Parts: sequence; structure tokens; C-alpha cells
Amino acid sequence: MSTQKPALRLEGILKTFPGVRALDNVSFSVIPGEVHALMGENGAGKSTLMKVLGGLYQPDDGQIIIDEQPVVMTSPLQAKSKGIVFIHQELSLAEELTVAENIYLGELPHKSFGRVDWKKLHAQTDSILQRLKVGFNAKTRVGELSIANQQMVEIARALTVEAKAVIFDEPTASLTDAEKVVLFDVITDLKSHGVGIIYISHRMEEIFKITDRISVLRDGQYRGTLNTAETTDDEITQLMIGRKLDLSRNASHHEVGDVALEVRELSCGALFKNIDFEVRRGEVVGFYGLVGAGRTEIAETLFGLREPTAGQIYLDGAEVTIHSPADAIAKGISLVPEDRKGQGLVLGMNCRDNMTLPQVEGLKFGPFVAETDEVAIFDKYKERLDIRTPGWKQTVGNLSGGNQQKIVIAKWLSMHPSILIVDEPTRGIDVGSKSEIHNLIRELASQGYAVIVISSEMPEVLHVSDRIIAMYSGEIMRTFTSDEVTEDNLIQAISGITSNRAA
Amino acid sequence: MSELTQEKIGLKSRRREQPVGRFSNLKLGEILARQGILIAFALFLIGFTIANDRFLAPDNIMGVVRSSAILGVMALGVTFVVLSGNLDLSVGSMMSFSTIVVLDLHDKIGPVLAIPAMFAMTMCLGALIGFLVGYLRLNSLIVTLGMLSAIHGLTLTYSGGKNMDIADKEGTWFSVFGQSDLVGIPVPILIFALLASTLGILLAKTPYGRKVYAVGGNGLAATFSGINRSRVVFTCYVLSSFCVATAGLLQASRSLGSQNTVGQGLELEVLAAVILGGASLMGGSGTIFKTVIGVLILGFIQNGLLLVGLQFYAQYIVTWIIIILAVWLDIAAKRGKLWSPIA
Repeated sequence: MSTQKPALRLEGILKTFPGVRALDNVSFSVIPGEVHALMGENGAGKSTLMKVLGGLYQPDDGQIIIDEQPVVMTSPLQAKSKGIVFIHQELSLAEELTVAENIYLGELPHKSFGRVDWKKLHAQTDSILQRLKVGFNAKTRVGELSIANQQMVEIARALTVEAKAVIFDEPTASLTDAEKVVLFDVITDLKSHGVGIIYISHRMEEIFKITDRISVLRDGQYRGTLNTAETTDDEITQLMIGRKLDLSRNASHHEVGDVALEVRELSCGALFKNIDFEVRRGEVVGFYGLVGAGRTEIAETLFGLREPTAGQIYLDGAEVTIHSPADAIAKGISLVPEDRKGQGLVLGMNCRDNMTLPQVEGLKFGPFVAETDEVAIFDKYKERLDIRTPGWKQTVGNLSGGNQQKIVIAKWLSMHPSILIVDEPTRGIDVGSKSEIHNLIRELASQGYAVIVISSEMPEVLHVSDRIIAMYSGEIMRTFTSDEVTEDNLIQAISGITSNRAA
Repeated sequence: MSELTQEKIGLKSRRREQPVGRFSNLKLGEILARQGILIAFALFLIGFTIANDRFLAPDNIMGVVRSSAILGVMALGVTFVVLSGNLDLSVGSMMSFSTIVVLDLHDKIGPVLAIPAMFAMTMCLGALIGFLVGYLRLNSLIVTLGMLSAIHGLTLTYSGGKNMDIADKEGTWFSVFGQSDLVGIPVPILIFALLASTLGILLAKTPYGRKVYAVGGNGLAATFSGINRSRVVFTCYVLSSFCVATAGLLQASRSLGSQNTVGQGLELEVLAAVILGGASLMGGSGTIFKTVIGVLILGFIQNGLLLVGLQFYAQYIVTWIIIILAVWLDIAAKRGKLWSPIA
């Protein structure tokens, strides 16, 4: 394999932004028919590198070489015409159009007088869909498809051009296990057709399952390439973060206090029903289930964003009604929302202002915001959570995902809540920050916080939780203590849906 | 910083084989994109100064600032609305309303009562818009475009379509706001400056100002931070209507008589000034200081065009061109390019 000419080669790519050297002399190549993982912590430069490849950024130095020809990428359109296809984490489909229209958007086959040749369009589309072995057809409206199937449409789109290299950016972020299997089949198929694949992911299992080689970036620099068959996750992790990680099960058994939050028969329309649980001080309760099982909706109800249709909420034994987020905050409930960029942060604002946003009304000096107090809060949590940013004036949108998430967590920690709800705390975050956040969650519990962790990642819930509540379709199926839970019985509790998801 | 500079020097030596022309083009485009407004303004100033030596005369400068004051006061309020992520196209006809009302009430109940009554009525209109946009979450463009027409109708109904004049123009003290000087500075300029500094501080230094930025920057994140987004938007519109009422007072006091259409078209000029100042129409970015600069740029360009002999009516076209230019340069500044296939 290694004797083959690369389909795509990046050489000495250098890209600087004001104050940051995002890419420093990075070289990287993909051979036809290989799956090449690109790994690195958030902020290591993966996204920047891919944006350079896609023509969104111009490198300050270095070359992109496709089929031994240097190419100057100026736009995504040009990248596509050169056979470089991106499957993005955020999908870009027109939901109101059919699958066929989406796939051939901008290049619909047509007959005389500019009329669309529907017959040809649907035939072409269906032949591609057959290759992907999906359960929908050319005429299906994209809005009706699941996220996984929408991703398949994106992949189908990639197959319409003669792709030399396909870039998958965190493709499994919102897929179920069964859906992943289908995706991996497709990747294997692409591979057998001689397409070079760049696979960006943080998930080790996937990396070991489907990739052939692994290249690692750290701090904008190329750190080396490993053969997947000959390496271990320890080796990769060390390359990525330059230190060893402790991912073992957290076994700290500290004293658990009184019940801080108790929920009885809580229902909200069709979203969830008859939810009963309690969280004690010093305890981490994990909510595990599939996407759409109603976990986030429970969190939003506790945070005053939704009105429950039935049931009671007790805080420290007293029944309460939570009218609004402001009310929830006043009652000591904090929520780190699942969508960091959409719900957690004002991306155009600086780090400090984001961090102090919920308490800005309380940080006053006369009628003014007490900015020195704000800076003190920022400095304290920057230190405590090891937030890597040049300073508080930095716009949050410029930080890496892991550091952004730490800002969101700091925002709530600085309010000293009694109940902290974290929804998908490490989604799309690099390994290093991930374990830091896990440790932080454990540490908070040991300090007496009542913590609820909602996660779709089994290792995560297993790692941080004292008890795990398994949900399926709006209902609690079972509650596990950390002694009785195993991966198998946990999967059984949340399943019943996996069999019909497989295409 | 010194390290960075060194790196840049290092880069240059390695970049030799790159086509130089292309690179320098990019650089020029980037500078244009980032500082376009100021460059354009500087060119205008130089042009006007060469064309007419009166342009930079102190009395002309004072005249420009003075005549910009009414527009400027309105632009201060609209800045809040735009920052919160909304639009206000009703300020022009709302200003006509304020002017007509205060002139009418002046003779009926006397200026001491007329002024607060006019403020209350104008701010009720602002509260109505604030309710529709803030609490009912209706699209601000539609709501305020509708209000532009509705308030115009309201003004005409109120006045019966007639011009409004104060009967005894010589004998009233009402003219102090628009016509007198204090310590050698025209009162409208003082009011503009006072309001600008107050609102500037409100926006930059208080929790309320912070919330306005948060709501405009990301309304959902603001909600998730416990901020009452509806209330913030509501107050922005009320604040805007307060500024409009002030502008109406200045206008009425200056002319002591007015047509029903005195504020017609001002909504666009106000918006032009706010955008020229660099506030983003998407919300969340901009400052009062920048808006003041925008107001002055607009004032000087319009004055300069008059001085070089352009017809007054051509200003409407010029204003449009300035808006388009400003909006274009605003997005260009964000992406650092004059044009890009993606937003």
C-alpha cells in the first residue's frame, strides 16, 4: 500500500491567525484505498487543515498536491471538482427537497428547454442509493429522514463525482450503534473502489475498527503517522496530548448526603412520562439512552425552559414550581446545555463576559458592572479548569471546543449551584479535555454538588456516574447502581429500537 | 508580538516562489475589506476639501454636527434595537408623530405639559412594537414596516392632514431646545452629546447593556443563561421611542411648525448611520461611539455633496449607495475578503 502514489498530499502547510500559529509546517498524505485517521485534541489544527484543503482558508505557505499536481484551492466548489469531497459534521441539506434533488443540486440532468429530466435523475439517484444499501429512495423528502440517513444522502452526493478523497468529519457524532455499522460498510465500500478516506474522530474504538493509518496533530504541528494494526490507544493518546491518560473507572466512594433533587411522576406531553428519580448531594447520576429518549427534555424542564404537564419537583424536600431559567438559577439549578455553540455561548462575546453572563446582574458596583470582579472570577476559573486562552478579551468563538466547554462549565460553577446538570458534556471534545471534564465532574460531586450527567456515550456514563438511569422513548426503564451495571445490561435497558434502525 | 513579527519575516523568505502579484492583490483586498469605510470617508473628505474650501471651515463643521443632531439622537436608540438583533423602520414616521403632537399640544395645554404628554404617547408606540417583537416574537422587519405606515396614518388622523404651527412663535420659550446656544454650543448638539454619553455608558458599562449584547449575539444562549430575552428586546424598543421623542422635540423646537411628513425617510438614514458605524445587522456587535461616528460620516458626506453642488434630492440616492456599501463592507470585514462563495 505504501508504495502507491498518494491520491492527495499536503506539504508543509503553514497557517497563522493573529496571535496563533494554527498550522505549522504540516504534511499529510492519503493513498487511494486507505482510511487515514486524522487525530488530535481540539485546537490541534485538524479543522484548520481541512479548511485549507477545502479552499476556505488560504495557507500562508505549503502546497496541496492532487495526483502529483500542485493545486491552489480557492473555493469548496473547486475542491469538489478536483475530487475532494467533505462529509461534514453539520449537514447541509435542503430539507424540503427530495433525496434526488439534494444529491444533484446545481447539476440536475435536463432535457430540452431546461426541463429537468426527472426520469434520469431518479434512476441515477436510485443506482447510487442501491450501492449504499439504504432503506429510502430518490423521491423521499430529506426532512423525513433520520440524521443517519441524511448523512447517507451527503455520502451519496459524494459518490456523484469521481471522488479521489472523501473527508469524514466526526461522522458518528449523532449516530446510533446500528447506524454506525451501516456507515462503516459504506466506508469499506468506498475504500474498495480506490477512494482515499480521511477520517476525523475522537473515538478510539472507531479508529481501531476502520482505519489503516493514523496521523496525529498537536498544537498545529504534525506529530507522526502510525499504522493502526501496530499501535495501541496509549501510544496514540501520548502522541496527541504528550502525557498518559487515566481512563480507569472512577472508584472514589465518598459520603453521599441528603436528597437535593427529587422528581415524582414528572411528565411533559409525549416527550417523557412518569419520571421518578432523586439526586443526592455528592452523587453523580447518569442519564443514558438514545438520542430522542427524552433526557434533554427532562433537563430543560428542570431548568424552567419547559412546563411539565404533570408531576412534582422537590428541592431539598420542598415542592417547587420552576417558572423560567432565571427562576431555576435562583433556586440553585444550573444547566450546561447539549449544544455548546447554539445554547451555551455567545460566540461573538469575549471569554469573561460569557462566563459571568448569568450573574452579571449581581456583580454590580453602583449601577455598573464590576469588571474587576468579573476578571477575578475569570482568572479563578481559568486557573481551576485550565482554560487555555490568551486572556479574557479573547472572543469565545476563537477557542477550541474543549476550552469553549470549560467556559460554559465555569459559567455555572461560578454561580455555586447546588444542582448541576450537564448535557453531553464532552460531545465533540478532544480526549485530553474530555478526561479533565470527567475528573472535574467527579471532583464536584465530592465537594457536595448534586450532579446529573446526560450522555450518549456509554464509557462516559460508566466512568463518571454513581447511579445510571436508563431511558427509552420518554420513560425510565431501569436504574442501576454502579455495582450492578454492566455494558450488556445497560444496552438491553435502552434498546428495543436498535433492531429496526438497521437498514 | 515581536515573536510573531519575526515569524512573518521568516515566512516571507520562504514564500519566494509563490506568485507575488496574487499575494499583493489579496493583501489590498483585505485592507479594503477591513478598513473600507474609513478609507472611503477619508477619500470623500479629501475630495470635498479640494472641491470647496468652505468644507473644513469651523462654522461649516459646527453646522454639520448641528444638523446631524436630530438624526443622531434617533440613531442612538436604533443602535440598541439593532444590537438586540432587530430592526426599527418606524422611527421616521414616529418622529413625525412626536413633532406634530408636541406642536399641537403646545398651544392646547402649554409646553410644560405638552412635552411629557408627547413623550408618553411616543413611548406607548415603542412599547407596542416592543411587545409585538419582544413578547410575541414577530419579525421586527414586518412589524416596524407596518408601524411605519400605521403611525403615519395616526399622525395624519391626529392633525387632519394639516400642517401644525405654534400660534405665537415669538413669545414661547419652547424654542430653547432647537434654537439656542449654551456656552457657545447649540443646544441640540449638547442634548445629542449628553444622550450619547448616557446611553454609551448604559450599553458599555451596565448589566443591562451586557444583556443587550448577549440577546443580539445569541438569543438562545442568553435564554439559557437566565436572561429574559423578551424583556430586553421590549426595553430596546421603548428606549428607541424615547430617543425618537427627543428627536421630535428638537425638530419641533427648531421649526416651531411642521408638516406631517417631517420624519419621512429618516428611518433609512438612521439605519445607514448605524451600519456605517459598524453595527452588525445580525445583532450583538456595535457601540454607541461607533454609531456617533457613523452619524458624523453620513452628515459630512451629505454636506459635502451639497457643497460641491449636487441637488438636495440626489442625497436619497447617495444614502442608498452608502447603505449598500456599508453592508457590503460589513460582511467583507468579517471574512477578510471583498467576495467569498460562502457567507
